[in-house]
Amino acid sequence: MSAVASSPDAAQRNPGPALLEVEDLRVSFPNRDGGLTEAVRGVSFTLGRERLGIVGESGSGKSQTGRAILGLSAAEAQISAKRLAFKGTDLLRCSAQERRELRGGRIAMVLQDPKYSLNPVMSIGDQIVETLQAHARVSGAQARAKALAALAAVSIEDPARVFKLYPHEVSGGMGQRAMIAMMLIADPELLIADEPTSALDVTVQLQVLAILDKLVVERGMGLIFVSHDLRLVSSFCDRILVMYAGRVVEEVLAKNLHLAKHPYTRGLLNCLPVLGAARHPLPTLDRQQEWKL
Amino acid sequence: MKAAADLHQWLMSDRPDSRRQAALGRFYGGWRVFARNRLAMLGLFIVLALVLMAIFANQLAPYAPSVGDLMTTRLLPPSSAHWFGTDDQGRDILSRLIHGSRITLFVVVLVAVLAAPIGLIVGTVAGYAGGLLDATLMRITDIFLAFPRLILALAFVAALGPGIENAVLAIAITSWPPYARIARAETLTIRQTDYIAAVQLIGASRARIVLRHIMPLCVSSVIVRVTLDMAGIILTAAGLGFLGLGAQPPSPEWGAMIAAGRAYVLDQWWVAAGPGLAIFVVSLAFNLLGDGLRDALDPKGNK
Amino acid sequence: MSAPVGLEVQHLRVQFGVFVAVEDTSFTVQPGESFGIVGESGSGKSTVLRAICGLNARTSGEVRLIGEGALPTPGDKAFRRRVQMVFQDPYGSLHPRQTVDRILAEPLAIHGIPDAESRIERALEEVGLGDGFRFRFPHQLSGGQRQRIAIARALILEPQILLLDEPTSALDASVQAEVLNLLEQLRRERGLSFVMVSHDLAVVTHLCERLMVMQRGRTVELLSAVDLAASRVRDDYTKALMQASKGFTRA
Repeated sequence: MSAVASSPDAAQRNPGPALLEVEDLRVSFPNRDGGLTEAVRGVSFTLGRERLGIVGESGSGKSQTGRAILGLSAAEAQISAKRLAFKGTDLLRCSAQERRELRGGRIAMVLQDPKYSLNPVMSIGDQIVETLQAHARVSGAQARAKALAALAAVSIEDPARVFKLYPHEVSGGMGQRAMIAMMLIADPELLIADEPTSALDVTVQLQVLAILDKLVVERGMGLIFVSHDLRLVSSFCDRILVMYAGRVVEEVLAKNLHLAKHPYTRGLLNCLPVLGAARHPLPTLDRQQEWKL
Repeated sequence: MKAAADLHQWLMSDRPDSRRQAALGRFYGGWRVFARNRLAMLGLFIVLALVLMAIFANQLAPYAPSVGDLMTTRLLPPSSAHWFGTDDQGRDILSRLIHGSRITLFVVVLVAVLAAPIGLIVGTVAGYAGGLLDATLMRITDIFLAFPRLILALAFVAALGPGIENAVLAIAITSWPPYARIARAETLTIRQTDYIAAVQLIGASRARIVLRHIMPLCVSSVIVRVTLDMAGIILTAAGLGFLGLGAQPPSPEWGAMIAAGRAYVLDQWWVAAGPGLAIFVVSLAFNLLGDGLRDALDPKGNK
Repeated sequence: MSAPVGLEVQHLRVQFGVFVAVEDTSFTVQPGESFGIVGESGSGKSTVLRAICGLNARTSGEVRLIGEGALPTPGDKAFRRRVQMVFQDPYGSLHPRQTVDRILAEPLAIHGIPDAESRIERALEEVGLGDGFRFRFPHQLSGGQRQRIAIARALILEPQILLLDEPTSALDASVQAEVLNLLEQLRRERGLSFVMVSHDLAVVTHLCERLMVMQRGRTVELLSAVDLAASRVRDDYTKALMQASKGFTRA
């Protein structure tokens, strides 16, 4: 069973006007010695109604980039950018009220492990209703109906039953689908997905990705897909940013990944074991100091 | 200055060359976190002052603690000659406070030294063994937890006679259950980890695992709890002294001093206020120290 | 280097209360062979590994070492010297309050093996970590470095069978390649037998010669890595796993 996208030429679709503009984003954290450690060092990109993958290993700053856009960085983080705007609204200088409206309403985020990102003491249905009511004026009954519809949209077969369940009572795949339902119920225009399938089994990953694929195409959303899995991102996204040590070292169209030029990207592509290709020993990444500059 | 900077570098190095350097470096890292907390440093300072006061009591006290002239120096208010005034027997209160710090320290240290190890051992053994041994040890813990401290002290005094040692014993016997509970709770979490599984796989005996792998991880929680409990222990000892069950006259125990000052509290308030202030300051200091230790010693669990 | 030792598991069953984690599993690992167990979560693959080395109790079934000479049975202290394990999570498999030196010295101390100094130094060299790592604490090491220490710890007793529970799943791709190369090299040098558990088909076929696919406690298929790579696969579940490992497909 393979997962197939609904739109054949999604890769060639025109991204349209920019949804998100990021210019020279920097995120720093105070460190043990009283100084600052820069996690993100000058990341710039624009995003239209397309899928952008941000790939990097641990410590590359990819997650911090996603969180900074939504204002979800840790309290002690220092964020600066020449420009960080969502459809013209300056995200760094907007009021707290505006940011709350944007978050969940126009920009949504799906996190890695539903065990840790869903509220364990509320039923799934209640959480979805709560999200909806935070962003739209709907009655309880209407909200419940919309929540059930959202659960059905993520291919959950018995929405009424799952509505009443608690996060610990469902499998990882179902929890992640519930999370997606919750994040998409307020009809956001931009979705940031931070390793949304890394905690899932391989077969379940494809199901969840297929759902994500369908929803993104149906609603014409912009998607930022943050992951450590270069191959997965190249198969799912239109454009890829490769990050290393807080910087973007390569920006490439997904279909041109095999033509990537930066040695880090090529090294990353080569070092993965592939079913059928017997390379003993595996080529390893020879990290150069100049990549950090 | 350069020597200090070099030492700092050596301690903070992430490539230590010896066991000693690694251990000292870790201690130094914890110390820096602790030292950033000003209130905790204040607490530490006061506790150290208490210790110094106890050690050098003979040198620091301006007068002898048990000598008083009923004729000339009875119930004198605070003045430059007697900073805290004198009590109903003509004795200088400041000197009695200074000498009384020895008793306070004696009580606190002895209770900590008796109760903490017992609690730690009972808790870790119960947590690791599980099953019947765990249940038995925890029920014993519950029994001791149920004893009200002062009533038990009364019973001890009735049986063995009054004195500070019996008071300490009574307090110690009722203090260890919370430490056992803490140690057991930590052990239950640690038991599930891969590093314990690895050491089991290597063939370590159960005793070795509990003593050398689990206990070191529980020690910091117990230390924090003991420090925070010290304020309560001081108050309990003072309470026993107040009831006449702890140190006996003319011993300058702070609680007994408050009891003696009770009769004069309206007109000669300083007789009770002096020891009261001392108890307050030392209890507060231990609380601040305990809070600071908790923040410094892996507040979010295992690092 | 002593003669390689293999492993035989017969009708292994592991039950926790009413829940059956592993049901009637049998397989043989020939001396010097590298054997993989593949499955998703809930398949029981890790439970099999833990039952072999005694971390989980076996409800029924037998585990035997095969090879020359008198071989210890599970439960003996001597068995511990023949079979060791590398765990999945590098962040959880090293004691947080012990230096690398202490972590490596502990197995030697427990078994009364002399000459600890040189053995520890040699162990660190073999896993590619030189001077400067010996007295660090785990929180001063990266994930890849921690996993190397875990491997060094497993090998310091010179076992003949190494059980590997998803040893590279928690590591970055580039680090994974280094650790896989290290494992291969060590296996060649010491004549080890491997039993490796993973959910990643590519990793398992890279490192193992034969593998067993498990689903919900049951053995689904037993086949060689070569057959899997060439798609000579019988069972539908195995086919689904293979398809999934190829990644997402857009039309």
